[in-house]
Amino acid sequence: MSYQGKFRVWRGDHASGELTDFTAEVNEGEVVLDVVHRLQATQAPDLAVRWNCKAGKCGSCSAEINGRPRLLCMTRMNMFTPDQVVTITPMRTFPVIKDLVTDVSFNYVKARELPAFEPPKDLAPGEYRMQQIDVERSQEFRKCIECFLCQNTCHVVRDHDENKPEFSGPRLFIRAAELDMHPLDTRDDRKETAQAEQGLGYCNITKCCTEVCPEHIKITDNAIIPMKERVVDRKYDPITWLGRKIARRDQLSNQP
Amino acid sequence: MTAPVTAGSPAAPPSTAHHDRATIQENTLRTDRWWVTPLLTFIGLAAFVVYGLVRAFMNKWYWAGDVHLIAPFYSPCLSQSCVSGSSHILGQPIPRLPDWLSWVSPAMMVLILPGGFRLTCYYYRKSYYRSFWFSPPACAVPDGHKTYSGETRFPLLFQNIHRYFFYGALFVGSVLTYDAFLSLSGKDGGIGLGVGSIILFINAALIWAYTLGCHSCRNIVGGRLKHFSSHPVRYWMWGKVSVLNGKHQQWAWASMVSVVLADAYVMLVASGALTDVRIFN
Ligand code: SF4
Ligand code: SF4
Ligand code: FES
Ligand code: FES
Repeated sequence: MSYQGKFRVWRGDHASGELTDFTAEVNEGEVVLDVVHRLQATQAPDLAVRWNCKAGKCGSCSAEINGRPRLLCMTRMNMFTPDQVVTITPMRTFPVIKDLVTDVSFNYVKARELPAFEPPKDLAPGEYRMQQIDVERSQEFRKCIECFLCQNTCHVVRDHDENKPEFSGPRLFIRAAELDMHPLDTRDDRKETAQAEQGLGYCNITKCCTEVCPEHIKITDNAIIPMKERVVDRKYDPITWLGRKIARRDQLSNQP
Repeated sequence: MTAPVTAGSPAAPPSTAHHDRATIQENTLRTDRWWVTPLLTFIGLAAFVVYGLVRAFMNKWYWAGDVHLIAPFYSPCLSQSCVSGSSHILGQPIPRLPDWLSWVSPAMMVLILPGGFRLTCYYYRKSYYRSFWFSPPACAVPDGHKTYSGETRFPLLFQNIHRYFFYGALFVGSVLTYDAFLSLSGKDGGIGLGVGSIILFINAALIWAYTLGCHSCRNIVGGRLKHFSSHPVRYWMWGKVSVLNGKHQQWAWASMVSVVLADAYVMLVASGALTDVRIFN
């Protein structure tokens, strides 16, 4: 069953822009990206949109649909009633390049600032041996497709652009947690780095990153809060602090 | 994954200006009723706080002696001003306060622990940051504040003491469990059972489900380890705590409602407005 759907698409660049009305055909089984492609093919050949896989796996097509951060290719048109206007805007938090395409380099800059994986020096590639139960926590975070919807939604930078230099954002917090929980990572200072360099303390655990993640990664519960707790282990818990001093048994280091 | 960063690509400094964002007039374009959840949360939490305050200042009707029910808000009753019979194994280590402090009830002395535990709980933080402080009220709805420093400095830096309140909550949970068992004494000695006891047991169970699902607990029992494989017992415990933790929000609400209902029930029985329905003795 097809119908003529009503759309509003943000068009413009960093200088100016506005919501433009469109009417376009919608067919059964389609997703929002299909309609955007139809607009390109029939009415607005210069409409800019970034996409790649159309399968929710490349993380390119992030945008906001009726105000909610989503992947264009994973948002089915049958979520909307035929008379509902569907509004499509670019991600708000990043500089816009053109129409629905934003410049997400903020995230790559932050990624480069995070110290990389450091395996034991005496292990050659190919000699890594790990048990499944030791890597499964990190594996959840490897599902990330780098769509940056979480970064876009996080109010710390979405509503306070001035926090960008201090704050790395949820996508990089899961990266920090992934490495800190990695059985073969030897760096011992990842908690301190998360707090001092990544701005972990800016997060007030309101969970919007978790709400929008298309990979359903439990960003807040499984990465951010555990990292906050690991910081508390180091900095604020006198019981573990005393234990480390007295027993000289550093249960928080890499060994356990 | 999106376009890989090739070596040597320029590390452009993150943009710090708002003006290069897309100009969208509307603060939010969300069309769903995003305000319903924060509104309901606000009403629920405010009702709980109001009940707690009224009850803490009431300073009576917390011990129904004949059926051995102690109201959870007043347990353990540690002051020498507690009505006779309401204190148990922990005795009355706190002396009677001078007259000008007589409004300080025994409830206020112990509510610090469960109150602080809930106030600094990761779930409650989320709920009141959203519903009371609008920071943010809902996802992709603007933060209600001009500047924002999160939990990086005083006073919110103090949320990090949640760990200590967790240790305190283990004590509170034990006391409430003890109270439930204590209520199993019959009216004329021996063993007895009334609806009040059942309520206290349900409440204690829900409090434990909330307490043991705490994120600090999850970290302490095993989450902080790097190698689960060398700590099978702690890994097992971490798994159990993680199951409770996954429903932490639900346990938080269930135990909050149950503690109010249990307290109100004992209050009504102690005041004489209600008689505890006895199943036997
Ligand atoms: S939970 Fe923290 S990181 Fe995630 S969106 Fe909220 S403030 Fe940002
Ligand atoms: S964590 Fe989820 S929302 Fe964030 S970039 Fe990865 S896949 Fe996208
Ligand atoms: S096009 Fe690849 S995630 Fe949408
Ligand atoms: S009680 Fe909720 S996180 Fe600790």
